[in-house]
Amino acid sequence: MAARRYIGTGLPYRDLTDIDGHLIVVEGSDGVGRTTQLALLRTWLEVQGFGVIETGWTRSQLVHDTIDLAKAGNSMNLLTFNLLYATDFADRLENEIMPALRSGFIVLADRYIYTAFARAIVRGASREWIRKLYGFAIEADLVLYLRVDVDTLIHRVLLADSLDYWEAGMDHNPGFDPYDSFKVYQSRLLREYDNMAEELGFTVIDARRSVEEIQQDLHASISAALGITAEQPVEVPGA
Amino acid sequence: MPGLSERHSFPGRLIIVEGIDGSGKTTQASLLRNWLASLGVPVFWTEWNSSTLVKATTKRAKKDSALTPTTFSLLHATDFADRLSFKIIPPLKAGMIVIADRYAYTAFARDTARGVHPEWVRSLYSFAIKPDVAFYFKVPIQVSLKRLLGARMKLKFYEAGMDMGLSKDPAESFELFQSKVLDEYDRMSEEYGFHVIDAVQPIQVQQRQVRAVVQRELGESLASYLVHTANGVRSETVPT
Repeated sequence: MAARRYIGTGLPYRDLTDIDGHLIVVEGSDGVGRTTQLALLRTWLEVQGFGVIETGWTRSQLVHDTIDLAKAGNSMNLLTFNLLYATDFADRLENEIMPALRSGFIVLADRYIYTAFARAIVRGASREWIRKLYGFAIEADLVLYLRVDVDTLIHRVLLADSLDYWEAGMDHNPGFDPYDSFKVYQSRLLREYDNMAEELGFTVIDARRSVEEIQQDLHASISAALGITAEQPVEVPGA
Repeated sequence: MPGLSERHSFPGRLIIVEGIDGSGKTTQASLLRNWLASLGVPVFWTEWNSSTLVKATTKRAKKDSALTPTTFSLLHATDFADRLSFKIIPPLKAGMIVIADRYAYTAFARDTARGVHPEWVRSLYSFAIKPDVAFYFKVPIQVSLKRLLGARMKLKFYEAGMDMGLSKDPAESFELFQSKVLDEYDRMSEEYGFHVIDAVQPIQVQQRQVRAVVQRELGESLASYLVHTANGVRSETVPT
């Protein structure tokens, strides 16, 4: 594997040379089936004998209460919205992701900085600013992008539950009908993801297919990236 | 984003004070505020790390010493962004004078001293607006330490840079950490055109200099108020 690198300016006070594990990112819209695929991936990797740690977006000890509070009262503006998410991510990166990688785990990330980029840019943030902001992030070994079109997405989301205020992007489309807002917002997000997929070389997985088919594709990509082969000869210690 | 290098276009004026802990900048800013208020100038006051959005989180995290240099930096930037949007820009749009006790430069100095990338923290704050007058109260570490210890006897964990593991002794750690912060302020003085005030001078001497600078820099905005006052500060030498 190539040497671990930071996305941008990095954390000058943290050395990356002792990082052995692998960081695998699964990106994709709300309702695309990331959670289902990640649960299956974890089991599959553990069966292979890998230690796996999962990390999500906005789950850090430090600020998740603040983010929940701010969301509930809708009191965040664009700047504080982006900064709170970056704070949350920094906390998880330094306190969960990096220690896990240092101990040789595979870290499965349910969303990564690309979600932050897409959401911020759709809401009008400067592309340059948001990318520099996350310059302390480390590069992933593999970014798996579960892609669906917006019509498939809206059917899935409606079948699963009603439309969520934030997933429908209603914070920046006030007065819109939730369905229209969802469609406009998610289409813009998709365009951002698609652009990044091309620019940054994500592995694009067609997520309109069955759960099993998608999972098979994910296994193939991860196996290739991690160098997992079907039969690995094992030497018994002390034998 | 006009950023920190371009002049803003709001009718109000922004005055900021910077300096290490114990430099006396808050005392000076309060005296300035009282003076302006006594002239009848509408003044709005805002201080570092005071927004309700993140105050509870910051306070709890500081108590638990749970912050890394980067999360420390980001939480303060969130606080600043919230105050900029709700407390700084609206009064500037309304034509008021805003006095900010600490500004983005505090983050540049402290966070860089803590080890974050100087370029990163500057880019982080690129949404900030340029102050019309920026004061830097320059004081040797020993003087500020003596003032702080004299006033409350206990140095705060992050203020003393105890998170950096420089020393187990708070006073020694304070000295080591704040001298790095001081170096950063000195480097920025020229870059951002601070008005440097020798903060070892008696309080009233510093205040006369502060008022003279404000009068010179904001003369136009203050003209209508200054006409009505008898005690001008014209005779004072203006430090640069």
